[in-house]
Amino acid sequence: MEILLVLGFPLLGAALLAIVGARRYAAEVSVAASLATLLASALLVLRIIRHGPMTAWNEEFFIDPFNVFLVALTALVGFTTAVFSRPYMRIEASHGRLTPGRLRLYHSMYQLFMAAMLLALTTNNMGFMWVAMEMATLSTVLLVSLYRTRGSIEAAWKYFILCGVGIALALFGTALLYTAAEDLLGGEGMGALLWTHLDAVKGQLEPRVMGMAFVFLLVGYGTKVGLAPLHNWLPDAHAEGPTPVSAVLSGLLLNVALYAVIRCKILTDGALHSALPGHMLMGFGLLSTLLASFFLWRQRDIKRLFAYSSIEHMGIITFAFGMGGPIANFAGLLHMTMHSLTKSAIFFAAGHATQLSGTQRMDRIRGLLTIHPSVGWGLMLGGLAILGMPPFGVFTSEYLILITAMRDHPWATPVLLLALAVAFGAIFSRLQPMVYGDTDDQPLPHTPALVPVFVHLGIVLMMGVYIPPALAEWYRLAAQLIGG
Amino acid sequence: MPPVNLSTQVVQMLAGALLLISFAMLAERRSRRLLILLIWQGVVLVASTVIVAASAGLTHLYFSAALTLLLKVCVLPLVLFRLMRKLGIERDNEPLVNVPTLMLVGLGLVIFAFGLAQPASALATTVLRKTLGIAIAVILLSFLMILARRKAFTQVIGFLSLENGLFFAATTTTYGMPMVVELGMALDLLVAVFIFGIFFFHIREQFDSLDLDQLESLKED
Repeated sequence: MEILLVLGFPLLGAALLAIVGARRYAAEVSVAASLATLLASALLVLRIIRHGPMTAWNEEFFIDPFNVFLVALTALVGFTTAVFSRPYMRIEASHGRLTPGRLRLYHSMYQLFMAAMLLALTTNNMGFMWVAMEMATLSTVLLVSLYRTRGSIEAAWKYFILCGVGIALALFGTALLYTAAEDLLGGEGMGALLWTHLDAVKGQLEPRVMGMAFVFLLVGYGTKVGLAPLHNWLPDAHAEGPTPVSAVLSGLLLNVALYAVIRCKILTDGALHSALPGHMLMGFGLLSTLLASFFLWRQRDIKRLFAYSSIEHMGIITFAFGMGGPIANFAGLLHMTMHSLTKSAIFFAAGHATQLSGTQRMDRIRGLLTIHPSVGWGLMLGGLAILGMPPFGVFTSEYLILITAMRDHPWATPVLLLALAVAFGAIFSRLQPMVYGDTDDQPLPHTPALVPVFVHLGIVLMMGVYIPPALAEWYRLAAQLIGG
Repeated sequence: MPPVNLSTQVVQMLAGALLLISFAMLAERRSRRLLILLIWQGVVLVASTVIVAASAGLTHLYFSAALTLLLKVCVLPLVLFRLMRKLGIERDNEPLVNVPTLMLVGLGLVIFAFGLAQPASALATTVLRKTLGIAIAVILLSFLMILARRKAFTQVIGFLSLENGLFFAATTTTYGMPMVVELGMALDLLVAVFIFGIFFFHIREQFDSLDLDQLESLKED
């Protein structure tokens, strides 16, 4: 029932906004649909806390502590982004960059994108998970090219082709998974693609086929996580699309794709009885982290800068899950939450900063604290948080990941530390001149909604100082499920 | 190992045809002929699915064959033909300078594909396990086509041929995915092609051609 609500509200919102999306109150409708989704997901969380893991609808849906926390996170960030985009898109419209028709497309596709991600998270069927991931790509392609500029069309095309090819590989991996499972679980209608069934027999799955399936699934879904060397679409899509879209791509879609990878890893671990899947995740993770941190130095566009920072952080999280074990998994989950909240907050602030100065080029953004102190503070604090400064929550998770790496894989520690240091230098040296200094830019025509920025950063700060025991217990349970 | 009967032989022949069509696509310059090749690929796919369905006695495969016929032989080519006419690119000639190299790389990919298919085809339960290598080869050749071509339209054809290869892989290893999943995949494909169509117009509006060489502004420095 709760699942129906969680998926139903965004779908309903998408349908409704496809009709009324060009009206003046469209943004309010979008906020209302997102709020309803958030409340429904809260109900779902309550139910899982009370009754434990559940399946629904002939086991087509499956909720356990691992995905329910991602559902809650997705609904929360989806809601705050809807709140943020209300004034943001109005300012864009009054700058003449958007027409009512495009706004309708934006609002409707935004809700459809939410529905696709929530479906990918809640479904128990690996085939449907693929369909939902593809749906998430399709619904965002036209959002990336919303401004119809040369750059945005190029970015969207790249995103479409690269993610389309990636997701095709994942489909092949899914077909191989089905091959491996068919003998054990029966064919058509017998649930050979249901994750819970696969999980129950994972020890008997044919290891060679599972190994091959995992390679395809990892590369396929990994493209959407933004893992190097298939990360090329990510900075372009983030920089050229509207800021709310950058925020949800970075904060949510990457998480959902990583979730798909982890689900596959759990099965492959069971079938292979070896550390190979973990080592592959660690390799891809380290490579992405290192590569992204060096690319950070070359960026001039503020949104590209933070897009590369997303690649870096997804790399760290992938590395953590690759190490496996209770502490690294716990840290990985925590870092997923922290990154998603912090990065979307940064994109909110950066979006308004670019509106204030009329450019995304960092050398032209100056004096944010003078003209709009709350945007300046939001960007500064968000930047410090994402760089892993204590007392923010990112510090906690990065610290846990580092000490686990020191204990289990000492060779990886210097690489991680180097990447973190390089990233720190790159982002901090860009951030400072943007926030301080003088400017003659004009104030914004509508009051920006900066509450989401400070709510997100507030949660991140709280998690750094004190993780409520209930939440910690929840993470522990989820970490246990991932195992490794 | 099952006895090699007539239907298996026919399907293996069709698989060979699929591979040949992929190579032909790799070397084809004209958009119109490319699209016709894509339709042939769809026809071969439908034929092989029907034969597999008949020999294995699986009703759900008939449905998936019908779905393929409707989508890949009728609807999508129709949409693409109309797009081609509207965009006026029917006679477009794409210069291909390195066909021999492309062919050699393609051959290498086929060998690689058969090597890759070894473990999985040893396990596949169907009578068609020998064809998995070909399916992977078709997938890889489509990749090559997407990478080597610089026209938006050709890349989309490559994308659809990739999808055909995947479908063939799914039928050869497992007698197809569950029906609901296949329906979902078909829907996604349909939406994808419509979005591609929208894109063609956007690209042309902004760049005055469908040449992707002009889409090179987003680079690192």
